[in-house]
Amino acid sequence: MINLTIDRQQVSVEKGTPVLEAARKIGIDIPTLCYLKDLNAPAACRVCIVQVEGRPAFEASCVLPAEEGMVVHTNTPAVLAARKQVLELFLSDHPFECLTCERNLNCELQRLAKRYGIRDLPVEGERNHYPIDHVSPSVVREPDKCIRCRRCVSVCENYISANIYRMMDRSFQAVVGPAYNGSLMESPCIYCGQCITVCPTSALREQDSTARVFEALANPELHVVVQTAPSIRSSIAEEFGLPVGTPVEGQMVAALRRLGFDRVFDDCVAADICVIEEATEFMERLKKGGPFPQFTSCCPSWVLFCEKFYPQFVANLSEVKSPQQIFGALVKTYYAKRAGIDPAKIFVVSVMPCVSKKYELLRPEMKASGCQDIDAEISTREFVRMLFQAGLDIRKLPREEFDSPLGSASGAGVIFGSTGGVLEATLRTVYEWAGEKPLKRLEFEEVRSLEYKEAVIHAGPHELRVAVARGTGAARRLMDQVLAGKKRYHFVEVMACPGGCVGGGGQPIYIETNDWNEQVSHRTRRAGGLYQLDREREYRKAHENPVILKLYEEYLGRPGGPRAHKLFHSGHVSRKLYADEPLLKKERDLVRR
Amino acid sequence: MKRTAIKRKEKYQELDGVLEKYKGRKGVLIKALSEAQEMYGFLSREVLIHIACELDVPLSEVTSVVSFYSLFKTEPSGRCHIEICSGTACYVKGMQDLLETLEEEINIKPGEVTGDGRFGLSTVNCVGACSAAPVVKIGDELIGDVDSKRLKQLLGKYGHD
Repeated sequence: MINLTIDRQQVSVEKGTPVLEAARKIGIDIPTLCYLKDLNAPAACRVCIVQVEGRPAFEASCVLPAEEGMVVHTNTPAVLAARKQVLELFLSDHPFECLTCERNLNCELQRLAKRYGIRDLPVEGERNHYPIDHVSPSVVREPDKCIRCRRCVSVCENYISANIYRMMDRSFQAVVGPAYNGSLMESPCIYCGQCITVCPTSALREQDSTARVFEALANPELHVVVQTAPSIRSSIAEEFGLPVGTPVEGQMVAALRRLGFDRVFDDCVAADICVIEEATEFMERLKKGGPFPQFTSCCPSWVLFCEKFYPQFVANLSEVKSPQQIFGALVKTYYAKRAGIDPAKIFVVSVMPCVSKKYELLRPEMKASGCQDIDAEISTREFVRMLFQAGLDIRKLPREEFDSPLGSASGAGVIFGSTGGVLEATLRTVYEWAGEKPLKRLEFEEVRSLEYKEAVIHAGPHELRVAVARGTGAARRLMDQVLAGKKRYHFVEVMACPGGCVGGGGQPIYIETNDWNEQVSHRTRRAGGLYQLDREREYRKAHENPVILKLYEEYLGRPGGPRAHKLFHSGHVSRKLYADEPLLKKERDLVRR
Repeated sequence: MKRTAIKRKEKYQELDGVLEKYKGRKGVLIKALSEAQEMYGFLSREVLIHIACELDVPLSEVTSVVSFYSLFKTEPSGRCHIEICSGTACYVKGMQDLLETLEEEINIKPGEVTGDGRFGLSTVNCVGACSAAPVVKIGDELIGDVDSKRLKQLLGKYGHD
């Protein structure tokens, strides 16, 4: 242990601990704009400077390892003045749009400006001006609001492994952006939105679809239907001051009705169908002998990652569409027919923890019903904004039930929102189909993982090797192992975001801590609510859900049959990494051979 | 598909020869970029994408490096490229006059190329020859103690292709 003195207090920390963390241990919060423990410590923002006795200049405490006998001062008038000056310099090159900014009252720069009592701007100098990139369907990037903290660089490199962002140019003109500081559309971005959740300001944010949805709701010509993703019911509560992960399913349904949606359906029903279809596909692969592993395909960012970075695995992706798209196809065919409504007059909105779904709904193959299956998607953040605007408080609303027929899901559909959930839900069905005996214990604890976990499941005569990769970075490591022949799996679930959808790029942004792992565990606490709802469900396996059984009997035919295939299956394609890349990876390999 | 792939392969045969020796090695990007620039005179988007894909380095990383070092050029320059040193010593000893001379004589500012494609101009932060300030680099040649008169002579000397 290392002993040092911070602000006249003794503290002992492990070797290698930065002074900033040592100070936190004794309750001193040194401010920072770039530091995110275990993810990002580039010493870029210089707000965390402290004075060390015997050293000539202030030092950034986020990268200053504690040393034996070190005497540190974090709040001398000189340190505070220097910090204030650093903040003033940041603000001198920052647009003053707080009132109209999406991150108003939830911005780290704004918070520090308040904390350090900045009342005027003594520094008046040049300002950088870059165009806003709002070309991509999912993410908006406004470089003028970028404070060059590089958190997006770190999360995209280390966790997502897409390497979209880097520092471009140098000195005052320096800006964080994709190659050439160009549009995300020209980069291999997979639209997961993790960069948004770590951005301290509003330099990165989602494409806002709330206005379109309000407009549709006001249009008397349209029958507006909404579906809610599994994780939403346990992630909006925190925005209303309730404990993280509080399940508020019934109140959420009530709120959606009050917003004016004609039908409030549950995306988990589509998740149940997804389970049935994926399990059917898996059983066929077991019969045919592959291709293995079968990768899940409900995360559009993961699908895009595979298509761009690992095209050799495209055939391994499950053909089954994501629940969002299954739902859209179902509403505009089955429901439209049943309700006697022209599908062209139905406007389908999905509420998702995701910004990638905005991209997914625009994919050309997502027109199983003949028109675009999903019309608009709003993320959890956008949904909460709509509730605020409409004056709807989740805490004060009664519990209401989803509408039928697409409102009763099994517990399997609900746990889709957590990492390992899709695999677990599918295994509940595969186990019984392959083993021909009912599964007694339902929770496959082995696969509720934090990063990358594997398990062996004995289902009838089969010994199934399954794995869950958390984050596309973990998926990359897993695929490299498979390519090198070091690992073999039958079924692998991949979600791009930490903790699965509960940690999605469209979820509430949590800026209370500068600790990546703490942020991730905050997100995974949301999953607790989903598992609680699962346990309370009458039916916990998709293939036992009477609503689903009836749906197949009345309309869809057999799982994986012609109608199910037409509506719920789609192919995947290899894509170029760069829009103007002359050769696909595949073509390059062709020439090399 | 294969035909275009082969055509492409022919186009970058020389570059691929260079990249081949760097593949799978770390810390080679700057070397590869310098050699490519020597080959083509500048680094086009197409060349950078080719390098990124071949060396398996993200394009963002490649353009980050290219935009950081003033050594790398992403636009074609004139047949004769002039660099005026703007380091402290050269600045004090009158590099601004040299820029003005060039603007008067051949109507060119840093970052531009003359209409006839003959001259290109850029400034460089310091070439490390401060004792000879102000310093001008023309092509590969470093020339010290340059004043306006000398610069005009040099334009005449290098002006013929």
